[in-house]
Formats: sequence, C-alpha cells, structure tokens
Amino acid sequence: MKKLGILLVALTFALTACGSKDDSNTNDSTKTTGTEASTTKDTTSADSEKTTDTATASDKPVNLNFYFPVAVGGPITGLIDKLAADFNKENPNITVTPTYAGNYQDTMTKVVTAVQGGNSPDLAVLLSTELYSLLDMNALEELTPKFPQTYFDGFYEAFMGNTKSGDQVWSVPFQRSTIVLYYNKDMFKAAGLDPEKAPTTWEELRQDAAKLTLKDSKGAISQWGIEIPSTGYQYWMLQALSLQSGANIVSNDGTEVYFNKPEVKEALQFYSDLGRTDKVMPEGVLEWATVPSDFISGKTAMMFHTTGNLTKVKTDAKFDFGVAYLPANKSFGSPTGGGNLYVFKDIPDDHKAAALKFIEFLTQPERVAQWSIDTGYVGTTKAAYETDLLKNYVAQFPQAAIARDQMQYASSELSTHQNGQITKLFNDNIQAALLGTMTAEDALTKSQQQADDILKPFKK
Amino acid sequence: MIRMRQLLRGYSWKENMLAYMLLLPSLVFLAAFTIYPIIKVVDWSFYESAMGIKHYVGIKLYERVFHDDVFLKVLRNNLLLAIVTVPISVLLALYMAIWVNNKVRGTSLIRAAFFYPTLIPMIAIANIWLFIYTPDYGLLDKFLQLLGIDGPNWLGDPSWVLISMMGMLIWKEAGYFMIFYLAGLQSLPKEVYEAAEIDGVKPLRKFVSITFPLIMPTTLFVLVIATTNSFKLVDHIYIMTKGGPNNASNLLLFHIYETAFSFWDMGTASVLTVILLAILLVISILYYGILDKRIHY
Repeated sequence: MKKLGILLVALTFALTACGSKDDSNTNDSTKTTGTEASTTKDTTSADSEKTTDTATASDKPVNLNFYFPVAVGGPITGLIDKLAADFNKENPNITVTPTYAGNYQDTMTKVVTAVQGGNSPDLAVLLSTELYSLLDMNALEELTPKFPQTYFDGFYEAFMGNTKSGDQVWSVPFQRSTIVLYYNKDMFKAAGLDPEKAPTTWEELRQDAAKLTLKDSKGAISQWGIEIPSTGYQYWMLQALSLQSGANIVSNDGTEVYFNKPEVKEALQFYSDLGRTDKVMPEGVLEWATVPSDFISGKTAMMFHTTGNLTKVKTDAKFDFGVAYLPANKSFGSPTGGGNLYVFKDIPDDHKAAALKFIEFLTQPERVAQWSIDTGYVGTTKAAYETDLLKNYVAQFPQAAIARDQMQYASSELSTHQNGQITKLFNDNIQAALLGTMTAEDALTKSQQQADDILKPFKK
Repeated sequence: MIRMRQLLRGYSWKENMLAYMLLLPSLVFLAAFTIYPIIKVVDWSFYESAMGIKHYVGIKLYERVFHDDVFLKVLRNNLLLAIVTVPISVLLALYMAIWVNNKVRGTSLIRAAFFYPTLIPMIAIANIWLFIYTPDYGLLDKFLQLLGIDGPNWLGDPSWVLISMMGMLIWKEAGYFMIFYLAGLQSLPKEVYEAAEIDGVKPLRKFVSITFPLIMPTTLFVLVIATTNSFKLVDHIYIMTKGGPNNASNLLLFHIYETAFSFWDMGTASVLTVILLAILLVISILYYGILDKRIHY
C-alpha cells in the first residue's frame, strides 16, 4: 500500500507536468477553424494568432494523450507504439503519446485520478463495463453525433451493446473478447469421443465430462472433465450460462439487474452441480489464471475461458486442441468482454477531432485484422473478416473463427451504475453458492436485494 | 535567583528554537503527507461522496459500515490473522535469534537463510506461494503426495485460505523480527551471564531469568511492529486471492483499496480508513501504556 501511495504521488506529479505541457500546446492551436479562432481567442501573442488565422485545422500540431492497459500476453506496448507511429506518418500534425497504465483496474484508477484532477487524458482504452461509472463522473464525450450511423453498423451488434446507454453511443469497440469452450482433442480420442464433435448442449457437456473424468489406481482423480473458473470473473461465466438458458441479467440502461430470474437460478445450479453433484469439475473455487495452465498441462480436458487466451494456448499446448461454441441449454449464448476506446469531455475541440481521427484509423479493416492476429482479440468489425489478411489467418487456424461465428448469439456484458460494487457482491454470492455455503436460490435472492439497494438512486 | 531563572528560560527558548528549526524539514513533510491527509480523511468520512457528488451525511456512513457484513467479516479475518501470526512469528523470531546468536559453524549462512524472505518483495513472494499452493501440481501438494496425503484446495477453500495465508506471512515476517532480536541479544551485558555461569545455572533457567526479561524492550518494539504490520498487509491478497473466496481472505486494507478504487466510494473508504487508524492507535497505546511499565530498561 505504501508503495502504491508513492506511485500515486509520483503519478500526480507526472500528470501535472504533462497537463501544463498540454495547456501550452492548446494555446498555440486553440480552435478548429481560423475564423472561430480569431473570435474566441483574445490574449495570445500576435505571432500565434497569425498562424491560427492562416492555417487550416489539420496543419496545427496536436499532441494526444492516450492511456491503455495490457491485459493479455504478447508485446502489446510495442504494437500500440507502432500504431501511434503509423498514425503520425499519415497525419504529421497529430502526435499520439501512448501511456501504458498497468492492467484495466490500474488504468481506470489513473484515468479517474487524472479526470478529477482536471488533467483528463484525451482518449483511453478502458473496460467496456466502466461506461456508467465514467458517465456518473460526467467524464465522457458522446460519440453518437461524431460518426455516421453506418460506421457503428460496421461493428458486431453484440460489441456495440456495451458502448451504449439507451441509444446514445459513448465508446468504440477496440480490444474485445468473449467466452469459448476449449477442448483437448487427444483426450477426446482416448475417451472414445469424436474429437471433431465438441458438446453442443448442457446434457452432452455433462456426459462428455463424465467420460473425460479419470481416476488413478488409488481412486484419486487424475484428469477432470471440465473447468469453469470462479475467481474474478465468475459473474461473466454465470452470465454466459444464463444467456444459454434464455435470460440476460442486466437491462440495457444499467439501472436494473435480473439476478433472481429462474433462468439465472438454473444456470447457477448447473454451475455448482458440475463440481458438487456430478463431480466432473474440481470442487470449490477455481482460480481464473490457473485454469488455462490446468488445460495446457492436461489436468482438465475442457475449459470455459476468454478468447484472449487463444494465442497462449496455441503456443503452449503440446496437444491438438479444439475451440467450440459454449454448449447450449435453450440456445447458444456468451457475453462479450474487453475494452473500448473512450474520448474525454474536458479536452479542447481540436484534440477531440484528432482523437476521433485516431479512432477511425484504429478501426480500419486491415488494422482490426492485424490487431486480432497479433493479440488474439476478436475482430470487432465484419469488414475485418473480409480482408485477405484475416481470411488467410482463419484458413490456417480455424479456431480463430469460432469466436466470430459465436457473435450472432452473443450479448453485452454485465454493466451498471456502481459497477464495481454490483460485480463484487454478485461475485461473492456466486462463490458462496459454488462452495455450498448458500443455496443457489438464497445467493441470487440476496444478490438481487443488495443490487436493488445500490441501484435505487439511479432509477428514474 | 529570579534573574537566573529568566536567563535559563531565555536560554532554553533559544535552544528550543534551534531544535525546531532543525526539525522543520521533517515536520513539513510530516504535516503534508501524514497529518493533513489524516485530517482530510476524517473530514471526508462525514460526506457521502461517489462519482463527483458530495454531500454531508454526519455519522450515517459509520452506521452503515458497522452493519455491513463484508466489513465485519474483514475485521474478523484481520483480528484472527493478528492473533495467530503475531505470537507465533515473534516466538519463532526469538528462537531463531538465540540459535544464530551462538557461535556455531555456518552461523552467517543460517542468518542469511532466515533473513532472506524479508528481502524479497511481497509481490514476488505472493507469486511464489501462489505456485506452492496450486492444487495437485503445486509444490506443497507434490510434497504431500509423497507422504500419501491429499491436500485441500489451499486458496480455493474458505476454511483453508486464511490458514494458508498465515503460514506464508509467518515465514515472511519471522526473519524480519529475528534481526531486531539479534541486535538486542548482542547488546546484553556479558557480566550477568558470567555470574550465572559461575553459579552453574541451567540454559533454560538462564533464558527465563536473564535473557527474556532483559530482551523485553526489544519484544515490546517487535510486538508493536508485528501487530500493526498485520493490519497493513495487502500486496499478497491482490496477487493471490483478491480477498476471495467469498471474502474469506479479505483484510481491512484491501477492503479499503477496493472501496476507494474499484467502487469509487470515497466516503465509505474514508470511514474505513478512520477505523483502521483508530485500531492502530489503540494497539500502540495498549502496548506502550500497559507493557511499558513492567519493563526494565
């Protein structure tokens, strides 16, 4: 904690320094058009006035502050730096300064500190679920009028879900993921199952998992049928199971949750039964980061995990593995996850224009394709999958196409006002149910009650 | 006589002035980074503030916190952690210190081995122990399998997770306290031991009647450090469990961090911070107020 404190102090200093530098830039190039500039600007030196009068918007140097997190393996910082450099080549007057800010949580902390200190960054990549927190701080620039409707239509509908509050768009999908089923084809063969046919329903999942759960001579289990992680993102996993049962757990304006619906109860019951009744999944809590290691080391034959780990599994697994849709109860279904691009409100207009330009640059089909190949994130636009780049990649590595095809069944992720608190209480209660200290019904009733209390002030 | 007193007073005033001048730099930093934040946090604890809205609510937040299940659980965890780890690690530290204080072969190697855990950053330790505690193919389970024991899910089972954490923390802290004891032991007067030697006193009696009473000032210091430290541990939770499962390993400081930087609820976080400060203050007062009187310096 002490170290964290020092870091924060250092950061504050750094931010103040950056901020003042930005201000001076702003003075040199205040407004977008020459006429507007001459009317709004009054006290700057004659020198700079002359340049603003004669120059057009794109000629004025703009320096954008861009915060981003790193949440998956791979040389992300190098890739982002390269994107910024390429953008600068196309737009010599706009320099993007990418700032690596830690994981998602750290980045959010830094952005909020900066916004509250009046030194808001120009744009940032933050979790798509932070939307309502950022809106409640009045920190965001609305993007609905900034792009034509056709631009937004180019993205997969499920990814657009978390960019919107009602009909207003506040962010653009960037590094997005979803949950898929990974399975070990060698183990399927050994268990007498068809390695090309992953389970497609909950019942098949149960049966296959039972066949894949092996015991050693002493009766101890040496191989598990399936693992669904239950730390950090258990709400995400439960949301997937609920969607498969035919209900989402959140309204599209972030003011209501539906934790106590019968479909959600069915989902939680299934989640905990896999470990506690069917004995095909280890009992208790399964660490988010350990589950992929278990899969790679052969401790489990199947796992539910984010597509963000596709590249890691591809590199590390020494066996033939398959990727499939999450099995259906009533229908297929999976929530989306990951980060979006946000533009902040409290920045000069020419910075906003430049930030929008940068976003447009980042979402061009070729770049989305390359980003997806380099990182393992799902391509966010349909056009990206039409490029030769991604077509060739999918041909060589068909597992990469599963997430895209599953998009038609996907929905937006749990995101509400006071999102941190809602997620935490829901996570705690899910764990209690998985551990057997509470029944599924009690856990969900309690979650609903607690969430209703927290969300009360936001309901109109 | 009166003149003399005046003279003295003037002299001491000047003397004090110099002392204050010398202390000034430290006082400035103390005021800016400790006293000012404390005042501010007490002030904030009376305001409901989240997401830019801020209004005065009096002690409502305190009432809410004391009725909050998570807070009570976290407090219970923290007290348990202190009650278990402090005596064990302090006794272990004293034992190790006496051991390495003797002139035996390889002392410096053993000293280094005992002190080593203190040198590693908490984050690295947490990552190492995360692997040790991994079910089935982790180091601890591999070792237990040799003995034919099937270990529990160390960090995933709510009844084991706090115990697992305690084991790790004792391992980390004991070496640190050992250094204080070692310094204390080496400053003890040799004469007393020589006298005891002449009287033919047995080693255990020597420890009970001489070493333990004489080392009490160090013990007091170590106890204060150990107990307050146990309320200031947070790094390992971030790496190992995030407070789970179902808050079974959550501690006060991590709860404050989450409330402030994940829920953005600065009001409640301030209340929790005030409570933490009060706990730390009470601990120091208790130790220094009660134990101090029974110690021979």
